[in-house]
Amino acid sequence: MTSRLRPRWVLTGLLAVLVALVAGLAFGPVSLPPLDVVTDLLHHVPGLRVPTALPPRDDAILVQLRLPRVVLGLLVGSMLSLAGGAYQGVFRNRLADPYMLGVAAGAGLGATSVIIFGPRTALSSPVLVPLAAFTGALAAVAVTYLLGMAGARERTTATLLLAGVAVAAFCTAVQTFLLQQHTEEIQEVYSWILGRLTTSGWHEVLILLPYAVVASAVVLSQRRALDVLSVGDEEAASLGLHPRRVRLVLVVAAALGAAAAVAVSGLIGFVGIIVPHAVRLLAGPSYRVILPLSLLFGGAFLALADLLARTVMSPAEIPIGVVTAFFGAPFFLLVLRSGRRAAP
Amino acid sequence: MTGPSLVAARGIGVRVGAARLLGDVDLDVPEGGWLTVIGPNGAGKSTLLRALAGLVPHEGTVTVAGEQVDRLHRRQRARLIALVPQNPVVPPGMSVLDYTLLGRTPYIAPLAVEGAADLAAAHAVLDRLDLTGFADRTLDTLSGGERQRVYLARALAQGARLLLLDEPTSALDIGHQQDVLELVDELRTAEHAPLTVLATMHELSVAGEYADRILLLAAGSVVATGTPDEVLTEELLAHHYRARVRVVPGERGPLVVPVRRR
Repeated sequence: MTSRLRPRWVLTGLLAVLVALVAGLAFGPVSLPPLDVVTDLLHHVPGLRVPTALPPRDDAILVQLRLPRVVLGLLVGSMLSLAGGAYQGVFRNRLADPYMLGVAAGAGLGATSVIIFGPRTALSSPVLVPLAAFTGALAAVAVTYLLGMAGARERTTATLLLAGVAVAAFCTAVQTFLLQQHTEEIQEVYSWILGRLTTSGWHEVLILLPYAVVASAVVLSQRRALDVLSVGDEEAASLGLHPRRVRLVLVVAAALGAAAAVAVSGLIGFVGIIVPHAVRLLAGPSYRVILPLSLLFGGAFLALADLLARTVMSPAEIPIGVVTAFFGAPFFLLVLRSGRRAAP
Repeated sequence: MTGPSLVAARGIGVRVGAARLLGDVDLDVPEGGWLTVIGPNGAGKSTLLRALAGLVPHEGTVTVAGEQVDRLHRRQRARLIALVPQNPVVPPGMSVLDYTLLGRTPYIAPLAVEGAADLAAAHAVLDRLDLTGFADRTLDTLSGGERQRVYLARALAQGARLLLLDEPTSALDIGHQQDVLELVDELRTAEHAPLTVLATMHELSVAGEYADRILLLAAGSVVATGTPDEVLTEELLAHHYRARVRVVPGERGPLVVPVRRR
């Protein structure tokens, strides 16, 4: 049965997350032995009483600096991949990514506005830019949905995608105009757009976590509905599904997850389109498989990409979007060539 | 075949904007009956099926097994009426078993996935249609005839009492056409869970051989309804199809033979 989530794949996914977690914690300006990292993590689990081998300074690096960043990478990667997978199903379009429907452009405009017009400390504030990006992203999606669903007589998914293109173009135009008028802030805005996982402790993780939990729960609950939707709206309706309701629920949940991820990390490209695709090619086309595995592998992939981004040219950091594309693209081409050819 | 009426439609009309696709259609199909809707391209055959299935807004009322279809929840409706469209969407990479399991959707709670009972039901259907050996094959690797059987399998998995078939044979050669129609007839007359069939068709001789009643639709209205002998006449077909045909008596119904105009 192809639609079943095989334990083998789940275990592989969990292992990938574990490897990304331990590697992300062990490597950096100060390298820590992976085994000590594991025992130190267990040491912090209440009730286990595992003694740690790390001195207090290393323990602080691990728990206060690296752990929040790695966890943030896992969460952002999970959200982007899950949203991308959900959109690919909702729109029956393999090119769908989590930034469509205006999420990216709306977040960009929100962040740009607050960097230019907000207080001078906007960029260093842990709340202002994420809040503006989050609001901009959701506002753009809401406008897209209203335009795409209300304006057109033919309420197809294509009109929704086209409305998204129009909204994105409008937001980008405004953003470009603002930047051109305030060239001194271009550098700051650009660094936000490129995406990065910098943390001021656990703050960003706590911002993202509730949205990640809600978005994951809602999207995963619709996994079978997405499989039914793959036969088209009319046939899905004749099977007892309510296609437009399913689509609305999924778009809201996925947009919420993607917007929250973008708010704390900027626009990290490629993860949301490549991970669900690679999973589809390797593990099968059912969304019951694609969605949970995208969650696991997306998180692991981004956490590992971040590890490379901050270690390869240390102490300088490469923009993480560069890493995801540089390593993701060749890997993806490899998967495209070999994936599923042997499968029945 | 004159059991109690399973399907009763009264005054069915469909409009899209100012265009009237279907107007004032009445029809009845007895339980276990087979009604085939014929008519030239654009007569409204597919629209009629979609209206009966509750998939397009329409005027008039449709009653199936005593239930008024528009008042049913869409899940209840899907347990009563199964539709095989003319060109079903083939999801890439989906296996025959998974496709058949889609038919269990109206029995599966909205947030759940299928359970053992659904799996058993799907396997029973595959077994009944001789598709067990294809369970793990993907739809895109099947031939046209095999695929048509898989579409039927999904519809049967719905456990519906009314089967709507929109041109079930248009993509098949005559041998496979007979395979599919004999199969549908077998399902219709089966002792356990018999089906009532409402199909649209272009092949008129075939339509007459399998259906016990024929409804001729032209420009959205019913122009004739009755037994195959009553509807498949040279005058009616010449007039409404604007075709030159000869109708000759056959073993199981009239045979319609096209003749060159000049």
